[in-house]
Amino acid sequence: MLNQLTQYLQSTVTPGQAGSMLWATIYILVIFAGISLCVVFINWGERKALAHFQIRLGPMRVGPHGLLQPIADALKLLLKEDTIPANADKVVFWVAPFIVTTAAFVVYLVVPFGPQHAVTDMNIGILFMLGVSSLGVLGIITAGWASNSHYPLLGSLRSSAQMVSYEVAMGLAVISAILMTSFTPGSGSGTLSMIGIVEAQKAQGVWFLFKFFPLGLVAFVVFAIAMIAETNRAPFDLPEAESELVAGFHTEYSGFRWSLFMLGEYAAMIAVSSIAVTLWLGGWMRPFPNLLSGTNWDTIFSLVPGAFFLFLSAVTLYSTARMPKKLTFRIQTVGLGAFGLLLGAVGLVMLVPGVRERVQDIFWFMLKVAVFMYLYIWYRATWPRYRFDQLMRVGWKVLLPLSLGVLIVTGVVGLSPELMTWLKGVL
Amino acid sequence: MTPIAPTFFFYFLSAVALISAILVITRKNPVHSALALIVTLLSLAGLYLMLYAPFVTGVQVIVYAGGIMVLFLFVIMLVNIERAMKEEEFNKQWIAGLIASLLLGGLFLAVYFKGRAIFPSEFTKIPEQMNTQQVGMLIFQNYLLPFEIASLLLLVAIVGAVVMAKKKLS
Repeated sequence: MLNQLTQYLQSTVTPGQAGSMLWATIYILVIFAGISLCVVFINWGERKALAHFQIRLGPMRVGPHGLLQPIADALKLLLKEDTIPANADKVVFWVAPFIVTTAAFVVYLVVPFGPQHAVTDMNIGILFMLGVSSLGVLGIITAGWASNSHYPLLGSLRSSAQMVSYEVAMGLAVISAILMTSFTPGSGSGTLSMIGIVEAQKAQGVWFLFKFFPLGLVAFVVFAIAMIAETNRAPFDLPEAESELVAGFHTEYSGFRWSLFMLGEYAAMIAVSSIAVTLWLGGWMRPFPNLLSGTNWDTIFSLVPGAFFLFLSAVTLYSTARMPKKLTFRIQTVGLGAFGLLLGAVGLVMLVPGVRERVQDIFWFMLKVAVFMYLYIWYRATWPRYRFDQLMRVGWKVLLPLSLGVLIVTGVVGLSPELMTWLKGVL
Repeated sequence: MTPIAPTFFFYFLSAVALISAILVITRKNPVHSALALIVTLLSLAGLYLMLYAPFVTGVQVIVYAGGIMVLFLFVIMLVNIERAMKEEEFNKQWIAGLIASLLLGGLFLAVYFKGRAIFPSEFTKIPEQMNTQQVGMLIFQNYLLPFEIASLLLLVAIVGAVVMAKKKLS
């Protein structure tokens, strides 16, 4: 057992590449649990942030600042009656939510949280992610059809049209980022592997967001728009437009199955955000690798994760001190204090020299993903929903030509040295 | 090179592919048939992976299971299924179908037993890490012309679809 642990700590590759079944299983379990937990608390964060955008308080009753609201919600959903409409196609109705959730979670096999922190590194990494996440739409379509009801069917037809159209622009934007990996000096060919893409950014010394400015930026913006449409979120949430379709494809679902749809949706949001982070924002690399380079800055940046947790702990302890001094709030106060101390302990562990080098990759990756998750909520609070024909027009007439153009121009700019020598030879 | 997966997976994936393929043709409800077809395609993707072809696996999932089958389901759902299920099949040609499939199977067996000489005795081993790059080299260097001709064919189909869907100008 100890032997396994030391072997793991010394390895510099992912468990999948090292061929270690044990650690791959552990990684899968940790990622599954971690992402589910993230989903639950992003849900709380979304309700809270939306409320503050709209000058409300949001959930306040369960736990301090409604912190325990997601747990109460999850319990409620599990205990709720799970109804199946009388005329529904039972088997397909039963399978559909599982398709959505499975497709959303299988994608995490290749997400690189760090050079060693991924379940495995595949040669076809990004292709695998796009392929498996496109299977999620099957679950949505079958859910809408199996409900045997008008609104879900309309919602699922909208959803399939929308996801198929935006997949095209999304794929082309991804290709232009993959094309950039082939311009690493001395490599000769690009790569589709998620870890390889981040390493190419490291070797070229630039995040692909800023590569061939503004080409990388344009491709990133196309991807950022398409990924919102792909995950059916506002302002592209037509499949579940509540003002027109009640709740779209999951109108007939309730209880546990409904919560599986929610879990799948949020897990898919985190997954596409992590694609964006990997392709354009340097994956697990710390910010400002060029401007603030050197071992001193490396050490300072590796202290940031611990300091961040200590800051969170300080905030929590401060609000513990500000809790109302009434007997009814005693349990909440003690709980919040214990939570603050826990955060502080995590922060202190993260400051230990051996640990911090290994943990900082995960921290930077998750921080970048968290920015995207906040953007999702921000968009939802800010923009009104598109009309369906507008949505199709944006997808096919704006994003598709734009991403195609960026792809071609990226190729030309990347090959410009070779083109110049060729031109000189011709002239 | 050690095999990525034990032989068990080959038999398992083949069994899944065969059973779901039989379900595709025996189910009355077209949506169930389409779902079974998706399972067939996915298990075929797994078989490609066992043949050291991860790129083909990825393309199989993204194009067939994720793209084409979505359009299949899209079209099937627009059909009134309950009425279609009650309708009698107007062409019962299962004898002809059986003969045709037996002939095809016989052809495959004949090729397998008599034509061993054409196949290489062992397949060229490409390192798994370079699979995608090798496919790219083959498509864009050795087989550039056939590849471009195939893409031209697709372009013709797209133009044809646009022409058919276009509103008539009076």
